[in-house]
Amino acid sequence: MARAAVPRRLGGRLRWKPARLTDRRVESQVARTLVFEVPDWPGHLAGQHVDVRLTAEDGYSTQRSYSLASAADGEHVELTVQRVDDGEVSPYLTEDLAVGDVVELRGPVGGWFVWRPEQKEPILLVGGGSGLVPLMAMIRMRRAVGSRTPFRLVYSVRSPEHQLFVSELRLDDPGLDKTYLYSRSTPPQWPRPPGRFTASDLSSAGWPPDFEPTCYVCGSTGFVETAAGLLVALGHHPARIRTERFGPSQ
Amino acid sequence: MPIISRGFHGRERDARHKLPPGQYETAGFPVLSAGPTPRVDLDEWEFTIRTETGDRHIWNWAELMALPSQTPTVDLHCVTKWSKFDTEWQGVSLDVLFEDVETGAEYALVHSYGDYTTNLPLEDLLDGQAWIAYRFDGEELDPEHGGPARLLVPHLYFWKSAKWVRGIQLLDEDERGFWENVGYHNYGDPWREQRYQGD
Amino acid sequence: MSQTPDFLDGNAAAGELQSVFGTDMTMASGRCRGCDEEMVLAQAHAYLGGPGMVLRCPGCEGVLMRLVRSPSQMWLDAGGLAYVQMPVPA
Repeated sequence: MARAAVPRRLGGRLRWKPARLTDRRVESQVARTLVFEVPDWPGHLAGQHVDVRLTAEDGYSTQRSYSLASAADGEHVELTVQRVDDGEVSPYLTEDLAVGDVVELRGPVGGWFVWRPEQKEPILLVGGGSGLVPLMAMIRMRRAVGSRTPFRLVYSVRSPEHQLFVSELRLDDPGLDKTYLYSRSTPPQWPRPPGRFTASDLSSAGWPPDFEPTCYVCGSTGFVETAAGLLVALGHHPARIRTERFGPSQ
Repeated sequence: MPIISRGFHGRERDARHKLPPGQYETAGFPVLSAGPTPRVDLDEWEFTIRTETGDRHIWNWAELMALPSQTPTVDLHCVTKWSKFDTEWQGVSLDVLFEDVETGAEYALVHSYGDYTTNLPLEDLLDGQAWIAYRFDGEELDPEHGGPARLLVPHLYFWKSAKWVRGIQLLDEDERGFWENVGYHNYGDPWREQRYQGD
Repeated sequence: MSQTPDFLDGNAAAGELQSVFGTDMTMASGRCRGCDEEMVLAQAHAYLGGPGMVLRCPGCEGVLMRLVRSPSQMWLDAGGLAYVQMPVPA
């Protein structure tokens, strides 16, 4: 069976698949990218996610959803996970899981918070904290397929130490405009003082509503509420705003 | 058969506690919700017991506070498999609230602010087994844990301890609640592991 | 009585729904029986992690769907949806 880079269709029977950790990269003080090898991975679309299931020796089991960070690439699947200090799963994934260890993945799933290269409208990506991850998959997919669709990224993050994918986003990506907003502390000589992002941040760094961009907003529930509300207030049609809220750590 | 992830233990557990079958101990207090968290102003809050004949017994917040309270220390067993031991509450025993209620009904349907409901036999609410709890761990009960007041019925799975409790409807015939309607056990005894219908 | 958001998007239920329906349900559209709001299920408000999965209407917060799984059985109540429309699985 030939393995396509993109699934022939969404759907089909979902099974838990073993995923072996093959590499781990440091992305920030608190985030790690986990590279898994998943046999017979069907490929995925930019923005899709997977469910991850962990089972302890005594049978205790729990599962979480994580966005796929990578563009489709054979049997390699990358998740970028931010450690939540009192979390049950993220400290294990970011620190304890060793290369060679196995977790179970189910996916890829979700067809809504997805960017497809055949989309021609301008794209606005609005990410808060680790909400950048599925947006990064879209940026990587855009690059991988040589798309010229104009993208604008607005990334709100607490401090430079929390910023994800720093060196990769520093690369020149023609047609991708990047705006960073820091809520607590900024790099030296940063023109914008630290603070929560506002309607004027979004209107200056995003697209005018009459360009009819599709807006992808991802972050904590509070971040998404705020950002999606501001976009609607700026005149973006709610039907063109797609959101992905990250849950509270459980 | 799931694959075991080496070195994954979940949250810490204390071997001194006796767990019901299939449960795991947690030190935290997980928040599980089936809907938005209602924020109920205390000056609008009411608790109603409605009997099978339509009689209503209503308490406002001040009236509830004026009733004698108890401070039970109980263990909680959630059907999602966490158990939490030695939790300290303050609340009014339902024996106090039912003192002047005349009823021949056998069943209770508990209603919450929001659209949550849960059912249980009336006898499980009496004889020192259940409280309208408004303080947890010495503090006012947080809205995410059911404040201003929740039902506390610790001998049954915790979904029976309805958050944001608003009233109890007494019924001659049993009527299923929010989770009982979609597969959860009608009674929910953790020690008999009555999680789902048919258990 | 005010309310605070503590839900996720319907996207977050994609895995659970697909494992049950065998196709991606987050792109299925439907109408709330309570308030007539139309949406794709990805736009519903998802309450997960509790005893079961609850999808609520983004317009009125009424229950659209409840899904409970035991080790051997599944219960589905989609009575809050007036209809569901989805692509025929390939």
